[in-house]
Amino acid sequence: MNKFWKNGDPFVWLTGVALMFSLLMIAGLLWLIMAKGLGFFWPTGVTEIELQNGTKVMGEITSREQIRGISGKSDTKEAKYRTQLKIGNRDLYGLDFRWIDDDQIVSETEPKYAVVMERREWGNFYGFIKEITEDGTVVCQGNEECWSKLEQDIPIYAAIFKEIRKIEKGDIGGINREIENYRLKIRGVELKGGDQTQIKQYEEKIALEEEKYKAKEKELEVLYQEFTKEKIVMLSVDGREKEMALGNVVLAFRPNAMSWLQKAGLYLHRVWGFVSDEPREANTEGGVFPAIFGTIMMVLIMSIVVLPFGVLAALYLSEYAKQGTMVRIVRICVNNLAGVPSIVFGVFAVGFFIYGIGASIDSFFFAESLPNPTFGTGGILWASLTLALLTVPVVIVATEEGLAAVSKEIRHGSLALGATKFETTWKIVIPSAMPAILTGLILAIARATGEVAPLMITGVVKLAPQLPVDGYFPYVHLERKFMHLGFHIYDVGFQSPNVEAAKPMVFTTALLLILIVIVLNLAAIVIRNRLKKKYTTSAV
Amino acid sequence: MDTQNVKPIRDIEMEKKIESNIAENQNMDTQKAPYAKFEVPDPVVEVNDLNLYYGSKQALKDIYMDIPKHKATAFIGPSGCGKSTLLRCFNRLNDLVDSAKVEGEVLIEGEDIYDPSIDITELRKRVGMVFQKSNPFPKSIYENVAYGAKIAGENRKSVLDEIVEKSLKGAALWDEVSDRLNESALGMSGGQMQRLCIARAIAVEPDMLLMDEPCSALDPIATGKIEDLITQLKENYTIIIVTHNMQQASRVSDYTAFMYLGELIEYDETEKIFLNPSNKQTEDYVSGKFG
Repeated sequence: MNKFWKNGDPFVWLTGVALMFSLLMIAGLLWLIMAKGLGFFWPTGVTEIELQNGTKVMGEITSREQIRGISGKSDTKEAKYRTQLKIGNRDLYGLDFRWIDDDQIVSETEPKYAVVMERREWGNFYGFIKEITEDGTVVCQGNEECWSKLEQDIPIYAAIFKEIRKIEKGDIGGINREIENYRLKIRGVELKGGDQTQIKQYEEKIALEEEKYKAKEKELEVLYQEFTKEKIVMLSVDGREKEMALGNVVLAFRPNAMSWLQKAGLYLHRVWGFVSDEPREANTEGGVFPAIFGTIMMVLIMSIVVLPFGVLAALYLSEYAKQGTMVRIVRICVNNLAGVPSIVFGVFAVGFFIYGIGASIDSFFFAESLPNPTFGTGGILWASLTLALLTVPVVIVATEEGLAAVSKEIRHGSLALGATKFETTWKIVIPSAMPAILTGLILAIARATGEVAPLMITGVVKLAPQLPVDGYFPYVHLERKFMHLGFHIYDVGFQSPNVEAAKPMVFTTALLLILIVIVLNLAAIVIRNRLKKKYTTSAV
Repeated sequence: MDTQNVKPIRDIEMEKKIESNIAENQNMDTQKAPYAKFEVPDPVVEVNDLNLYYGSKQALKDIYMDIPKHKATAFIGPSGCGKSTLLRCFNRLNDLVDSAKVEGEVLIEGEDIYDPSIDITELRKRVGMVFQKSNPFPKSIYENVAYGAKIAGENRKSVLDEIVEKSLKGAALWDEVSDRLNESALGMSGGQMQRLCIARAIAVEPDMLLMDEPCSALDPIATGKIEDLITQLKENYTIIIVTHNMQQASRVSDYTAFMYLGELIEYDETEKIFLNPSNKQTEDYVSGKFG
């Protein structure tokens, strides 16, 4: 028996089991998120259900569960089930989802002509096409005839919509920015004492811009008329008619009539839409592109800040500082800093960056737009700096380890050739420690990408009207608020008015966040391995 | 062995001579050479009354010695006798040890290298060093050899190419690596790495080469190559080699110094040290009775 313990086999099993549990948990997490997230875009069939009371409902079946009694047990010997149906048509029914007890169901069918329409407003519509009208006159009637017309028209309207968006956000946005600019300049001149001729110049320019604005507005009006020219009349399954502008339809498909291949095509189309579009309907529909953009940009800014700072600090600590009690205390502090809850960093950032530095920047450089804050409010710069602060201990610790691993022999070899300490550090020690430094950066990125709490108070918003990068000078707008995937998950899943409809979005967004972390990490790992290869292809 | 019995060789006449020399030097007038310096032809390094302490421990005691130009001088002695420490005094690498304190003077071509006005990096360019463990930089072979020249401010590609080729040829490595200069130096064999370190050291065109047990980690074939190389190199460089291998010392060096417990016990022509040492301890050591 004693021998059994002594030879260490039980310990090997124990370690193996521990590893297995960790792997299982990771696999389970990924599996759950992938199963729930990836399925969301697959076009499920539309089911028409006839109930015992004679009414009909139609929609996608989303789940089926056992009805339990209040005691938590099955209340009869025979288990009862109920089905959840996504019925859509929020403008008609008010609710997107409906529970139906299974014993009420008379029949279930999958009508071939059932159309699912994703709309710019009011969510999905499930129903049948009655007719399409143009300026009041009927263009086509019936499911078959109108379907081809609908398929033709959707891309045309998408193009018009894009054009409208471009004018609204791009052109008019630009004009507004110019006008605002001149207004601020006038304010600036007034604050300095008021040079009337200059003010007049600016006012003339404003007038010029306003004229441009009017021209654009007219252009927009024409487009809007075009956009709402054709109307589609839909019939819901319970016989109610709904008329809507054809331009309102983002995507229409007939899942019951689609082949597997067509469904796959639609799936890819929807996935692409998810990552490349802007959100609609209080974030519960549409894409998450701004959130992806914000997340990545924030992480990049953070990396740019944290890498030099962390590396320089670590260099001083391990290369130059006299090793002793003081350095040991500093090291302990740095390590502890890594354990401080992130929200604490957020609070610090609000106090220091936003109200301190930001407000000072405003009063020096953006005085004319006060009391509206420019940098004195949350923004992508402050959020990134907060994360940099949060992750700098990680980089310092990793860098120090890397520096300590550079052998004395190599350093002496460089010094013996007449290199100064600085040259040795710069040309030999840092390149040798580079893989370790990048490992630190990878850890920092992984931590920063997943961080949400401090961002909520330093610049993340649920819907940012503009990206932090655009075509207007100075192109990168670090003071802007931004969207972030982590916060998006929280907002969509738990803060939106339509939680049930948004549930799948939570998983897809989570999946996307994981993917981004993986991609960012992989990029860093590839760079690190390249460096490793370059510096250490040891055959000894 | 009782250290009391360790008595350096004494030569009354020489001592008198040295005393008179020291009397001339005002800084040194309180010091007395405990033994006669062995006279070598054309000395390039002069060590006078060198004492070195690591904290409170004395690692070198009253060393007086001259090193001849363009000869190979070997330091032998048991581990911890101070031979590596003495070697590192010549390029002031001991400065890197915080607790090390040096007293006395080391003159290289008449210049005291411990003078505060000396530029250490300039000194180290003149006194190259090869270490016990081969320590190529984690860079390409080319970059390793060109490193010293680049540090010295040479940036012209053609000049660097020339230096690299010349140095690798000088280290008898060119034929083996000329087709893979841009590969990592860490992919070479142990012997090649050590010769690369020699090439790297001679690339900055030093006057002297310090070698700290350069073959201790190598197999006999690689050792043989390095020894041949040393024999070639001593025509142009003053070489000081620390070694544990007495055959090696007898093979490559012209002069040999035996050290024990921080003191220079005997210093003479290699032949004399190995065949007819004046000191009992030296005899015991070179004949393998202790150490």
